[in-house]
Amino acid sequence: MSLTLEQVKRIAHLARIEISDDEALTTQGHLNGIFQLIEQMQAVDTRGVEPMAHAQDVSQRLREDTVTEGDRRSAYQAVAPDVEAGLYLVPKVIE
Amino acid sequence: MNQWEVVIGIETHAQLATVSKIFSGASTAFGAAPNTQACAVDLALPGVLPVLNKKAVECAIRFGLAIGAEVAPKSVFARKNYFYPDLPKGYQISQMDLPVVVGGNITLQVGQGDKAYEKVVRLTRAHLEEDAGKSLHEDFQGKSGIDLNRAGTPLLEIVSEPDMRSSDEAVAYAKSLHALVQWIGICDGNMQEGSFRCDANVSVRPKGQAEFGTRREIKNLNSFRFLKEAIDFEVQWQINEIEEGRRIVQATVLFDPDTGETRMMRSKEDAHDYRYFPDPDLLPLVISSEWMARVQGELPELPGQMRERFVSELGLSAYDASALTASQEIAGFFQATVAGAGKANAKPCANWVMVDLAARLNKEGKDIADSPVSATQLAGLILRIADNTISNNIAKKVFEALWNGEGASADEVIDKQGLKQITDSGAIASLVDEVLAANPANVAEFKAGKEKAFNALVGQVMKAAKGKANPQQVNDLLKQKLAG
Amino acid sequence: MINASLKQLSQALAARQISSVELSTLFLDRIERLNPTLNAFVTVDREKSLLMARAADARIAAGTAGPLTGIPIAQKDIFCAEGWTTTCGSKMLANFVSPYDATVIHKMHAEAGLVSLGKTNMDEFAMGSSNETSFFGPVRNPWDSSRVPGGSSGGSAAAVAARLAPAATGTDTGGSIRQPAALCNLTGLKPTYGVVSRYGMIAFASSLDQAGPMAASAEDCALLLNTMVGFDERDSTSLDRPVEDYTAGLDKPLNGLRIGLPKEFFGEGCDAEVMAAVRAAIAEYEKLGATTVEVSLPNSHLSVPAYYVIAPAEASSNLSRFDGARYGYRAPDYANLEQMYEKTRAQGFGAEVKRRIMIGAYVLSHGYYDAYYLQAQRIRRLIADDFVAAFKQCDVIMGPTSPSTAFKLGEKAADPVQMYLSDIYTIAVNLAGLPGMSVPCGFVGGLPVGLQLIGNYFAEGQLLNVAHRYQQATDWHQRRAVIA
Ligand SMILES: [Mg+2]
Ligand SMILES: [Zn+2]
Repeated sequence: MSLTLEQVKRIAHLARIEISDDEALTTQGHLNGIFQLIEQMQAVDTRGVEPMAHAQDVSQRLREDTVTEGDRRSAYQAVAPDVEAGLYLVPKVIE
Repeated sequence: MNQWEVVIGIETHAQLATVSKIFSGASTAFGAAPNTQACAVDLALPGVLPVLNKKAVECAIRFGLAIGAEVAPKSVFARKNYFYPDLPKGYQISQMDLPVVVGGNITLQVGQGDKAYEKVVRLTRAHLEEDAGKSLHEDFQGKSGIDLNRAGTPLLEIVSEPDMRSSDEAVAYAKSLHALVQWIGICDGNMQEGSFRCDANVSVRPKGQAEFGTRREIKNLNSFRFLKEAIDFEVQWQINEIEEGRRIVQATVLFDPDTGETRMMRSKEDAHDYRYFPDPDLLPLVISSEWMARVQGELPELPGQMRERFVSELGLSAYDASALTASQEIAGFFQATVAGAGKANAKPCANWVMVDLAARLNKEGKDIADSPVSATQLAGLILRIADNTISNNIAKKVFEALWNGEGASADEVIDKQGLKQITDSGAIASLVDEVLAANPANVAEFKAGKEKAFNALVGQVMKAAKGKANPQQVNDLLKQKLAG
Repeated sequence: MINASLKQLSQALAARQISSVELSTLFLDRIERLNPTLNAFVTVDREKSLLMARAADARIAAGTAGPLTGIPIAQKDIFCAEGWTTTCGSKMLANFVSPYDATVIHKMHAEAGLVSLGKTNMDEFAMGSSNETSFFGPVRNPWDSSRVPGGSSGGSAAAVAARLAPAATGTDTGGSIRQPAALCNLTGLKPTYGVVSRYGMIAFASSLDQAGPMAASAEDCALLLNTMVGFDERDSTSLDRPVEDYTAGLDKPLNGLRIGLPKEFFGEGCDAEVMAAVRAAIAEYEKLGATTVEVSLPNSHLSVPAYYVIAPAEASSNLSRFDGARYGYRAPDYANLEQMYEKTRAQGFGAEVKRRIMIGAYVLSHGYYDAYYLQAQRIRRLIADDFVAAFKQCDVIMGPTSPSTAFKLGEKAADPVQMYLSDIYTIAVNLAGLPGMSVPCGFVGGLPVGLQLIGNYFAEGQLLNVAHRYQQATDWHQRRAVIA
């Protein structure tokens, strides 16, 4: 299989990455090369094989319900691009 | 609307009663200054990782057991990927393929009086997930301000089957669920603060048609009134569309309480591709049978069980029984009253709690937990009515006195204020004689067949007795003397 | 002192032959002189380093020092360190001063008392095998400055190889410790997944990432690993295991050691002279008392394809948090929210990162998930199972670390697939979650060759022992690059 230019642009949008027509073309070439490599997987019969999502077979550890984190707003907002009145500012959110 | 059937399914987000967030140790307390309860994990700083809150899981187990669902021995957290400023990681940690709770059902009482009926709504699933932050749109010169205090608050998303057939049923379902999550202590139920919010999936179909119509989802309804208004509007809108030859398009809509209308937010076509996949930072959640058994043992008697017991053991009507199990507090107060007044007095106990006490509490905007009249005091009062020490009318006076702290018990009030009922028939007979002698006109009217005149005479006797004569005895004696 | 081992430095500090301030200054001066050529460090802060050195000297004076207190070290710039710029090799974080410490950073500095010499250059977000994807420019290989040092921990590798630091940390998602160690004549260890906390280590692929030491010898790695490992309640995938002293078993004889040689690692695809050096190393092991057995990893040819689905899938989601809203780069010009996201991410990420995000978004997207993501996870299971079977026949597995010696800068930069194939021998280890090492084993044309050792789960101690005994018998690891 190979990706169309349209698909490349759709993925870029899904990932919120602006892409020019030229870049999309170059990316299409690269991605199709990579997917050629990836396609090797399709020849393998994996019926009945349980997918492996984690490197070990253990279960989730749980933490007690206690408050351990205090207010560090000023430290965290010192690295923020745009803040006012303790809020992170972004372009207007339209619902 | 005759030929149309309404189909409604509801998704509810219940905020779980934890002190810290679902994946971090930041506080969940409501009302803090913006971003002061957003820690490194909630802000999704580079490198941070989630760790699951045990209490949140326990809340989910409680819920699953309370609705007779299957609590999954193994469930999985997934990432739901989309970009939004109130979603710091660019994904929400939720559950997709393997949720923690599967199935179960809730029995509702719909309507009142003769039209009341019972209905069972099946639940599809309930899963754990994190809440998003909040966008504030005012005051920032065309920008939005983001407060992430709420980000990471634990939620249980409860999904029903499309089993409801009217907005009344939808509201009854939401109310039952709302009562249940508070009953089992997993959610504070505060709808103003967003602790309990509903999304309604609404469709219509011609009566008798097997397949469902196309649904539209009304998002974020945070009051029962809005839930009803939004569904009613939406149903009418959909019917109009279809009757005018248009097709319903699957969409997400918002309800505007000011206009009472729903408006499209986005259609299925531009729906997100959420790219769900198992969260590699979180391992499978395993719930042992020992843990489940322990939670089961700690579960209180559930409202449904209690309702049935009130009907079978105490002889209450289904309607009374369901009103008295509206909350743990009401049920507790009622049961304490019955414990003091005896099962034989269960019906008057029910009336006093649901009518007189409820009205008085309502008038002062008080919660039953803060009632100035205790269940023990109320039981003492009911006992004195039962043994004819006081009449129902006098009982209201005694109740008022107890409310105002004029006595520690009904007996004390009755004693101090001399409210004991006159039951000595000699004393009552002489009062009757006096009244008959003083009111010949009424007597004549009664003898001429005017029944109303009898009531006037009863009134006169009670007035002469300062309300303390036993009304039944007064009736009986008056009848005797007038007949004589 | 520049070439001294950690043990020697530890002894010199304890004997007060040198202070930590003097030792750190020695290395800081060397960095100042040589880093402009090598570009191994992206952040150096003499004042901060000397502050730490003074604190270490105070601990030594007070008698509260640990074995490595006062020894300077280089930190890969993937670890968040409070007050230090933490870039992850990206424009996205070029100005990000971390407000918190990674667990590894806390353990090594606050607890063990090591002194940070600065942050080392790396492939952007650890995505690369040559260190050419760094926003801060390529790192040069100290053995030949026209060649790459490998990646993604290329800055750490070059820094230690050029003795700008006695040792360094690295991280390994698909070979990022082992491959640069091989290309720079270092000893590097990727521990079993879950042994070292990932908290504060900026995530590339969460289910594969693992931090480890890079140093001149196995003994140095063991000492360093002792300070890095341990259960961390902030990382759900961190394993709660008994603490081990990795230096304890270094000297165990290798008599009877069974070395597994996967036939798939000794076929085509590897440079003949590299292979000859690897075979010579294995012969040396036989002299040390080991035996060899041919084993098979029949699915190893699928590790690169499976990895290039799983790692990008996780990365596409992990990197969604870089959106310009709360920290990091934000594009200067945009008309609305959507544009802020798209321009910020288009400008803030380099080409390779964007490529992998797009691969990841694609393989998770609707309609492709099963064929790519799930299939890759199933193949991951097959690959892990191959190792389980192989370890029934042997104690350690050996083979080449990299199919070639260090390649020229720019040689593979234009062809992502060629670049990806340079990790052909290392990736399977990450997919399985096993520990792996690279050990210097010879030179081809003046360039170092690495021998890869793969152990069973939690066999870090055994791998270090196997590497240490070899280093007692050979001197490849003691050869130093001559830098102009
Ligand atoms: Mg939903
Ligand atoms: Zn939800």
